[in-house]
Amino acid sequence: MMNRDEIAERLAATGYIADGELATALSLMQALRRPLLLEGEAGVGKTEVAKALAALHGTELIRLQCYEGLDQSAALYEWNYQRQLLSIQASQRRGSSGELEARIFSEDYLLERPLLAAIRRPVSPVLLIDEIDRADDEFEAFLLELLSDFQVSIPELGTVTATSIPHVVITSNGTRELSDALRRRCLYHYVDYPDVDREARIILARVAGIGASLALQIARMIEQIRKEELRKVPGVAETLDWAAALLGLDVRDLHDQPAAVHDTLMCLLKTREDKARFKPEVTARLLGRVA
Amino acid sequence: MIAAAPTSRDAAAPDADGLVARRLAGFLATLRGNGFVAGPRESEDAARLIDAGYAAHPALLRSAFKHLFATRKAEWDRFDGLFDAFWLGRRVRSRTAIAGAPPPPGHPSLKTLQRQDELRRGDTMEATDQAPSPDDAPQGRGAGEGRMEGASTADTLTDTDFRKLNDADQVAQAHAAAARLARAMRTRLTRRDIARQRGDRLDLRRTIHASISRGGVPIALKRRQRKEKPLRLVMLLDASGSMSMYTGVFIRFIHGVLDEFREAEAFLFHTRLAHVSDAMKERDPARALDRLAVMAQGAGGGTRIGETLATFNRWHAARVIHARTCVMIVSDGYETGDAGLLGREMAQLARRCRRIVWLNPMMGWQGYAPEAAGIKAALPHIDLYAPAHSLGSLVALEPYLARL
Repeated sequence: MMNRDEIAERLAATGYIADGELATALSLMQALRRPLLLEGEAGVGKTEVAKALAALHGTELIRLQCYEGLDQSAALYEWNYQRQLLSIQASQRRGSSGELEARIFSEDYLLERPLLAAIRRPVSPVLLIDEIDRADDEFEAFLLELLSDFQVSIPELGTVTATSIPHVVITSNGTRELSDALRRRCLYHYVDYPDVDREARIILARVAGIGASLALQIARMIEQIRKEELRKVPGVAETLDWAAALLGLDVRDLHDQPAAVHDTLMCLLKTREDKARFKPEVTARLLGRVA
Repeated sequence: MIAAAPTSRDAAAPDADGLVARRLAGFLATLRGNGFVAGPRESEDAARLIDAGYAAHPALLRSAFKHLFATRKAEWDRFDGLFDAFWLGRRVRSRTAIAGAPPPPGHPSLKTLQRQDELRRGDTMEATDQAPSPDDAPQGRGAGEGRMEGASTADTLTDTDFRKLNDADQVAQAHAAAARLARAMRTRLTRRDIARQRGDRLDLRRTIHASISRGGVPIALKRRQRKEKPLRLVMLLDASGSMSMYTGVFIRFIHGVLDEFREAEAFLFHTRLAHVSDAMKERDPARALDRLAVMAQGAGGGTRIGETLATFNRWHAARVIHARTCVMIVSDGYETGDAGLLGREMAQLARRCRRIVWLNPMMGWQGYAPEAAGIKAALPHIDLYAPAHSLGSLVALEPYLARL
């Protein structure tokens, strides 16, 4: 079992800069074998946690993106109907029906979907269940069952028991209240926007060729921008885009080229109202606060 | 930033672990008292964490317990304070959800709540046992629309302003009637949602699947229908001083609607906003009021409706509002803050939800006109602006709600 210093170090090596609490959460996931529920605003890097965790354990990342109307056939398994049909028609003149049935309901005709795939890997993969709040209540209940038993029963084939228990990461944007049962089943971690120091380190780690002083300036500017009343607050991904854009325009210091800074703000402001609010004076005022 | 690793423990640690383990039960009780859910599974895991050496450093144990016991943002934010108070003897700033509101001199609304609470204890049995009573039974048959079912015992009360109810019996009757009315309204809305599920398209995948057993000839056609989200009701109740005469009745009304209604949320506001759905879902109205009385601490100051709505739009709206949501605001519209802000926030709220109903008890007063700056700013965004000073006016609302 890794302790959390080690986890934080190894996460940093994979390019994910975690705070101490997240490292604790990941070590608890191992110690208690519970799924981790991540909540937070869009764009704070919830999905990245799962990717980093997969890199940390050196295993595969299996991702299930949730959406409204997601059902078992898209999440768990499905029979390959086309192949079954073809097989039926090809063998219509020969063979007994019993043998045919055994054949078309065998593993060869089974389409593995993310949840089934996650419990049939020889090595524990990381299972990312992304934006669970978009799925329906019924799916949540079904997921709960799977997460407690780690086995699936397929009527035509029998029960499939997990060969390895996956590391489960669930993310939610909070567009719907999740059930208490699911919340209690999981470890909870609220992902907040990173502070200036951490954001600067994230920029340094993810944008190749950027200088430490510029990264710090960008992080401070972002902190100021997040304090403004925006309809869509820029997330970490936007910060990285912006940093890359500034680097591409060969900006070395934000104060040298205020015009370029203002023009590239489109990387951060994603609605018409926000753009209209950010006049050059606003940018200049915020720049003034950045040392 | 990163505290000592659990492995770096000194020889004295096992003793410390023992101490921590002994106090664990007390901490769990504290957590439960503060609304956390700490079941046997959590206790067991907490004990395992102590065994694994997480108790070596307070910050580490706090972080680990926080992940284990918190299940939502509000708990996540509150946990550190509770942990420090229990284990490190530091004082917690505020025990309850409404942080930051300076306690104004005197708590008129709180007192009202408690007084009405006492009154209610007497009729609790009667009120909670009402459901199968003959009054409720003849829903849909007899009495035409049957809109007054349940309220029939309170005929004389129908048009009495809630303000003018001063004898305890009458108040109790009004509360019971409000609760029954809410219950009747809820069942109607729910029934309607089920009847709505029609309209279908062919489901090719399932049709082909079903045809396998017939050699690939699609005999039984499978269809799919769009799943309708049931109507959701979000209530925002003004609990400020100027509303104190009405708060009790409306709390009872909201409790009635929320009770067992899957898609309803309630918020209480005065100078701050508090999410009270959990407290309101308490089956026993008296207990619900107990919990509310605590949450309403600080009530009785002015009303900053604009700021409250801003908080609501920023932190709660995305979660509790969807396209089929009706927002019901119960307030007199006396805004002590910025009326312009109220207008802007109302506009934003109106964009998100399907309908905004504003119930104003003052409208029942003779000669009342929406003069207050707050209500003037809000009016353009309201779909229904109605009086709510008596049971009669609440009943009159129901056909409107059923049409949503």
